[in-house]
Amino acid sequence: MRGATHAKWVACATAAALAATACGGGGDGGGGAGGEVLSSSWGDPQNPLEPANTNEVQGGKVLDMVFRGLKRYDPETGAAEDMLAEKIETTDQQNFTITVKDGWTFSNGEKVTAKSFVDAWNYGAALKNNQRNAYFFSYIQGYDKVHPEKGEQSADTLSGLKVTGERTFTVALAQKWSTFPDTLGYNAYVPLPRAFFDDHDAWLAKPVGNGPYTVQSYTRGSQMSLRKWEEYPGPDKAQNGGVDLKVYTDNNTAYTDLMAGNLDLVDDVPAAQLRNVRSDLGDRYLNTPAGIIQTLAFPYYDKNWGKEGMDKVRKGLSMAIDREQITETIFQKTRTPATDWTSPVLGADGGYKAGLCGDACEYRPDEAKKLIQEGGGLPGGQVRIAYNADTGSHKDWVDAVCNSVNNALDNDRACVGNPVGTFADFRKQITENKMTGPFRAGWQMDYPLIQNFLQPLYYTNGSSNDGKWSNAEFDKLVDEANAEDDTAAAVERFQQAEEVVRDNMAAIPLWYQNGSAGYSERLSDVRLNPFSVPVYDQIKVG
Amino acid sequence: MGRYVLRRLLQMIPVFVGATLLIFLMVNVMGDPIAGLCGDRRCDPATAAQLRAEFGLDKPVWQQYLTYMGNVFTGDFGTAFNGQPVTELMGSAFPVTIRLTIVAILFEIVIGITLGVVTGLRRGRPVDTTVLLVTLVVISVPTFVTGLLLQLLLGVEWGWIKPSVSPEAGFGELIVPGLVLASVSLAYVTRLTRTSIAENKRSDYVRTAIAKGLPRHRVVTRHLLRNSLIPVVTFIGTDVGALMGGAIVTERIFNIHGVGYQLYQGILRQNTQTVVGFVTVLVLVFLVANLLVDLLYAVLDPRIRYA
Repeated sequence: MRGATHAKWVACATAAALAATACGGGGDGGGGAGGEVLSSSWGDPQNPLEPANTNEVQGGKVLDMVFRGLKRYDPETGAAEDMLAEKIETTDQQNFTITVKDGWTFSNGEKVTAKSFVDAWNYGAALKNNQRNAYFFSYIQGYDKVHPEKGEQSADTLSGLKVTGERTFTVALAQKWSTFPDTLGYNAYVPLPRAFFDDHDAWLAKPVGNGPYTVQSYTRGSQMSLRKWEEYPGPDKAQNGGVDLKVYTDNNTAYTDLMAGNLDLVDDVPAAQLRNVRSDLGDRYLNTPAGIIQTLAFPYYDKNWGKEGMDKVRKGLSMAIDREQITETIFQKTRTPATDWTSPVLGADGGYKAGLCGDACEYRPDEAKKLIQEGGGLPGGQVRIAYNADTGSHKDWVDAVCNSVNNALDNDRACVGNPVGTFADFRKQITENKMTGPFRAGWQMDYPLIQNFLQPLYYTNGSSNDGKWSNAEFDKLVDEANAEDDTAAAVERFQQAEEVVRDNMAAIPLWYQNGSAGYSERLSDVRLNPFSVPVYDQIKVG
Repeated sequence: MGRYVLRRLLQMIPVFVGATLLIFLMVNVMGDPIAGLCGDRRCDPATAAQLRAEFGLDKPVWQQYLTYMGNVFTGDFGTAFNGQPVTELMGSAFPVTIRLTIVAILFEIVIGITLGVVTGLRRGRPVDTTVLLVTLVVISVPTFVTGLLLQLLLGVEWGWIKPSVSPEAGFGELIVPGLVLASVSLAYVTRLTRTSIAENKRSDYVRTAIAKGLPRHRVVTRHLLRNSLIPVVTFIGTDVGALMGGAIVTERIFNIHGVGYQLYQGILRQNTQTVVGFVTVLVLVFLVANLLVDLLYAVLDPRIRYA
């Protein structure tokens, strides 16, 4: 079996070299390159596979193959482009009229209508359905009735959603938000067929969607087989016959399987292999920017860290971190030193501004020492950086950051790591405002917009404002940005807001994270999208 | 005999309750599992409260324990965080691990006892010294080293096996993982058998049997081996439980979706229901295996009587 595929590959390569054409050439229907199935590593999704309940990459991977939403983010540029949306219109940046394209169906034949969207969104927002991503609908009018902070929900549907025709519906937001249409590429906003509501258990056992792949079989906890949907009406038809997602407990085993030719695609190269991955895989190793930024957040509710004048200490700490060296030695360049609070995947037009942080994100040990002294020194003479010790090997970089700080301040006890046993406990201490020093914070974007890197994290009482930072000027600028009807002007306002974050050093940006993947010789056209998920439909086999 | 078994079964009850309670408390001490469910971001308070109520986490621990035990006796082991009933997880995980354990035990019995008999009968000869040395190496090298080494050599370098086991996990695929899992115990079984055989070889009944003119293989299998097996059977019996629970490392290396995998994931996600459920079943397996070992004594040695 292995020998055969190998021989075929050699034959294909030769043919390709001679004729400079793609190998196989089976076109869409079966046979040749179009019909072959590839295998890819996977992790068991943490939550049931409902669109509004999936908040991690492993489940997101499947949704990305099985569903298409109103918008889709270009895998290359991250720009939101119309997929099912024919047009999204607004005159006041608050009330939107959405028209769904004609001709789309779910793989079970049901038509995708305006109602498919409205029902799905109402389901996602309702408190009784326990959807982890419910907060995505919090900008829509009536959310407080459907998903109250306390007690039972008093309404089942969002008052801001109305079906006005077979293919049109209106969305009324609670506040102005001009870039709202660009968020609609997120998985939580996909349409759902009636089968989802009528026979929920059966749907969960074998999800049905409107994307380029259909689920052929799903064995929970071990494997999902996805096959190309031949009648898929969209423009991005699958270029391969299907994908077998295999659950691996340990990404090292997945990597070994890739080396042995037992697996085609690994989208998480284990840290231990980073040193030799280039020699193992050559140019079959991908290391591309993803919409993830790592920062150090501060507990502004703590009396030591929340007091006036501490911004100098925070800036000093930031200048004491040698990002260049740490990303090179610890992460083998799979992360890039951060120079702003967003991510390079946004692009300059989207709001990423390299160097916005300026001197404060550069390694300047002398200035760091001076600034910290001016700010009144470290509270209690020591910073303790909190992190969870169970997953993600955070210890390595926290220790490196502390080393760097200690060297800069000429004090062996200036900075130490503060490990918390489990991730759940770590999150618990954060949610209960029990942190007493800086803690690691990672942010993976939901959609490639500058808004997503700022508002949830730094807006007063923002959904992920873990440090409880609050700044009236920042809030005002964000509100203004959201009301702006011109995208470029909105981005500019957001950047002004980001400058407020910089001037106060609300959080210390550390580095941008890359997505990594390795693949076998059978595959070509493998790419990672800005969410560090492989673009499966474009992969060619053979 | 019947009374003895009954007494032993009754003794299991306090052990069972104590073990489950301890595990339940330990998992609870690790913190609030709901906080970790939303990744690096804050769960919205309403949904978190709703989830807590659904999994019964809003009640005091003693009440959670009582409800849990009540449910266990009706065959309901609760639901994992991904919405799957724990019994379903068990249904898919235990057959795999049982197959792996069977392979491992077979290796222990076949290779371990054979090597033990051979070395026991040829004490001090080159065979004996070689096997002793090899077992010493096997005992001193940790399982994950043997596992990763075999995986790399057989799976990647020579391509004899697939480095990972498919979800179906048939017996054929489990041979190498089974060998890895059994390796340390196998070495112990060899040494135990060897000592026991060497000791009994000098006993009176063996001399009598030889003097009667019985054929050598009959002396060895009927008289010598049967008497020498008692300590070995005890070891293998207790090892059944240890192998099933201790397969975490081996299952991780070879990507076997068995008990170890579910336990590992359960601990990582702080899923009380999964962890307590699986460990409870493992405790039961351990207790039953121990009882069977004790009963086997009577079969092997007629002098032992239970009343």
